[in-house]
Amino acid sequence: MSELQSIVILVLVGFLPSEVWRWLGLALGRGLDEKSEIIQWVRGVATALIGAVVMRIIVIPPGTLAGVPLSVRVAALAIGFLAFVLFRRSAFAGVLVGEAVLVTGAIAFGS
Amino acid sequence: MSDQPSERASASSTHVFLEGLKSGVWSVFFLVLVGNYLGLGALAFEFGFSFWWMAASTLLVWAAPAQVILISTLTTSALLEVALAVTLSSVRFLPMVAALLPLFNAPGVRQRDLLLPMHLTAISVWVEGMRLLPARPRGERVAFYNGLGAGLISGALIGGAIGFWLAARLPPLLAATLLFFTPMALLMSTSRNARALLDRLAFALGLVVGPIIGWLNFGLDLMWTGLIAGSIAYAVHRWREAQAARHKP
Repeated sequence: MSELQSIVILVLVGFLPSEVWRWLGLALGRGLDEKSEIIQWVRGVATALIGAVVMRIIVIPPGTLAGVPLSVRVAALAIGFLAFVLFRRSAFAGVLVGEAVLVTGAIAFGS
Repeated sequence: MSDQPSERASASSTHVFLEGLKSGVWSVFFLVLVGNYLGLGALAFEFGFSFWWMAASTLLVWAAPAQVILISTLTTSALLEVALAVTLSSVRFLPMVAALLPLFNAPGVRQRDLLLPMHLTAISVWVEGMRLLPARPRGERVAFYNGLGAGLISGALIGGAIGFWLAARLPPLLAATLLFFTPMALLMSTSRNARALLDRLAFALGLVVGPIIGWLNFGLDLMWTGLIAGSIAYAVHRWREAQAARHKP
């Protein structure tokens, strides 16, 4: 893929599909009911999609992350999240513990 | 009170922009963005995107979840699926923008003056804007918000650049920790924002249903996961609402 091509694709499938909601928000303004059923459903779909993206990176990881066994990747995510919840929703604690589990697990069980 | 209110009101928009920029750079979100985009930059490198493509995606898309979707699916999925997933992940901008608009109501502010502020609107800028704008004179808000957005987006650009650069140079295990940062951050930020049952259930279901649908391998897995898990969560939410309504005296 040439650089120009990849930028065109970025505009078509990245910029426009995302930006359109900002434009719609501007156009509709306050004529919008955030509690409307359709917005609630879309919110559910969008949130579920983020969950799917998280798991996709864990299950089908890119590059060097693929060198860490699947079980370690899943355990790191789960234990990191547990730390996040236990330490009063501290993202710092979650990242720190998750990364520690990932490194330890990779060294102990890695290829 | 200020000794020279007239001068204050006519403060040049460049000056106000710079004040906004300063607020952005000193915001707690600045460091959060640098950290978050470290992972994204590394992700872009591992998926074979160029350094400038990564920077352009931050400037043009300016939404971390949408960028994660783009980077992680563009090389393997159909363009239509990528576009659908990106658009679904960005629907949240509609209510955010709508909630922000009243703050910009002022004489002389045209719709097109708001295109840039709305483009700069991402969770971080929105939260800081909702907090800081009411204290600014109405005439200064557009310039201030543009500065705020520019300040915060620069954090994302810096983080993305450093992450991209590091991923190419770090030993594999450390590069892996950089890549792991993105799903971990996304997991925590989404669950932090998920306060209602609908959001929590949708997110949990997405985490579980996603790999199952991916494993079943009938394509468009992100979209199907969103539709199936999101609709189940929505149905449960509706059912609970109905139950609550019935039990009300």
